[in-house]
Amino acid sequence: MPTTAELMVNDLSVQFGGLKAVNEVSFSLEPQTLAGLIGPNGAGKTTIFNALTGLCPVTGGEISFNDNKLTNQPPHTIARCGIARTFQNIRLFNNLSVLDNLRIAYHKNRRYSLLCGLFRSPRFHREEAEITARAKEALDLVGLADKAEHLAGSLPYGEQRRVEIARALMLNPQLLLLDEPAAGMNPHETQTLLELIRQLRDNLKLTILLIEHDMKLVMNLCERIFVLDYGHLIATGDPRSIQSDRRVVEAYLGGSRP
Amino acid sequence: MANKLSGLLKVALLVLVYAAVQFLEGRGILLPYHVQILSLCCINIILVVSLNLINGFTGQFSIGHAGFFAIGAYLSAYLTVKLQLPFIPAIICGGILAGLTGLAVGLPALRLRGDYLAIATLGFGEIIRVIILNTDAVGGARGFSGIPKYTTFGLAYLTAIITVVVIRNFVASDYGRACLAVREDEIAAESLGVNSTYFKVLAFALGAFFAGAAGALFSHYLQYMAPTPSQIGFVKSIDILIMLVLGGLGSITGSVVAAIVLTVIPEFLRGFAEYRMILYPILLMAVMIYRPSGLMAGRELTLKGLTELFKGAKTRAYHS
Repeated sequence: MPTTAELMVNDLSVQFGGLKAVNEVSFSLEPQTLAGLIGPNGAGKTTIFNALTGLCPVTGGEISFNDNKLTNQPPHTIARCGIARTFQNIRLFNNLSVLDNLRIAYHKNRRYSLLCGLFRSPRFHREEAEITARAKEALDLVGLADKAEHLAGSLPYGEQRRVEIARALMLNPQLLLLDEPAAGMNPHETQTLLELIRQLRDNLKLTILLIEHDMKLVMNLCERIFVLDYGHLIATGDPRSIQSDRRVVEAYLGGSRP
Repeated sequence: MANKLSGLLKVALLVLVYAAVQFLEGRGILLPYHVQILSLCCINIILVVSLNLINGFTGQFSIGHAGFFAIGAYLSAYLTVKLQLPFIPAIICGGILAGLTGLAVGLPALRLRGDYLAIATLGFGEIIRVIILNTDAVGGARGFSGIPKYTTFGLAYLTAIITVVVIRNFVASDYGRACLAVREDEIAAESLGVNSTYFKVLAFALGAFFAGAAGALFSHYLQYMAPTPSQIGFVKSIDILIMLVLGGLGSITGSVVAAIVLTVIPEFLRGFAEYRMILYPILLMAVMIYRPSGLMAGRELTLKGLTELFKGAKTRAYHS
């Protein structure tokens, strides 16, 4: 049966020894949705991201993206299928320039051969110029064009987050996973981020799934929200229905557990 | 246009150095002994720059470089002595066998990280030495003697230039950037579509290839190979590593400078005879204390940088 969903997650489970970090979670994402994944600390949100991007082994269930099975594929294969991500604890290449950070992410589109690279053929020069132009475009998009030559590790926190988003965009992804993009940002930076994320969805036609603790951002931005608690998906819906869901309120504020 | 000009300038400088050596040698100012040391400098440059690709740029700590060096040295000597092959094909064969060995060793070994990888590569180097020690076709424990003296300064110089240019181009290409990404953060690199295993093995094999070529030049320079730790064993690996760390991991010009300095200094220290092995380590300690990330500290020495430095000095002088 053909589906309109881009990402399909069926009964996904991730188990670390005796701990079930993610327990039979199922959800799907339609193209160009802006969705949020929320839940208390330790609910398994980042583990779901890691399972989606191949960084931790899936012990049960299936993940498919555009009808390709991604379950337990190596991360670099998944990245090449069109899924890009950022990390909760920013993972930039700190000792390289911002521009190089972005150029590395164009890796899958490089077509020149090793010999072309070793002997600097005209093709090498042509493609390198194209790669640099693309990287500058992406930097422009996140408003950091003037920081191209800075070392990535020397930028302030908020800018590092934006570099990481720009780097993910260099992959030309269809699906972008953002792990706490607003963490450590001040209200003004958060507002800019919110506009940027909306712009990405509207202009680049991306599907975006984000993990975030800033409820104001999530409720303002997301059209669809998934709530996770102790590895279980306890609620799915639009912001309004989530806010009034009894189980969600219990998970966040405490109460009798089923 | 400016790029072409600086390229031409570099070529001119390199030719000038070669011409100067030839001229001084012809005039008897440089003795054959001096030219020998210059050739050794070139061989060490190849070794250090190729190890830099593995340890410095890809971040895989290998201390088995002498193993690849030994493969190149013995195979090429065998080919020229026993099979009368011309020298250049013998160098290439030595490099290729070393590169293939790098591939075969790298695939399993590069799953390891840090200390464990270091010990595995150290073990690999010793295996190669013991195999050579027990192979009669290359002289076994007696050593391999009677190797023709084919290595000239010109050939060693040219090979060193090719090594530096190829490795610099590699590092500045998408392939090299993938290696840098693996060094900086393997998980992030993978999430950007970089197959980290592939690039680790690629850098390892390419580095091994050049180490093999350096070995071929060395055996036809010394004309005698002995399967001792200091010539093809772990002591040799450590020697190369010291040059690399002293020059600065991740800097090609640092590697070149350190290879030259650490080849020449022991020769100068010959005058101090028995104190030599005390002075040399003191020197190393001093550099490591005052410049812990190496002479060049991951930066490169470029013509552009030099001219800017010069201009800077001039403007400073002007203002004062």
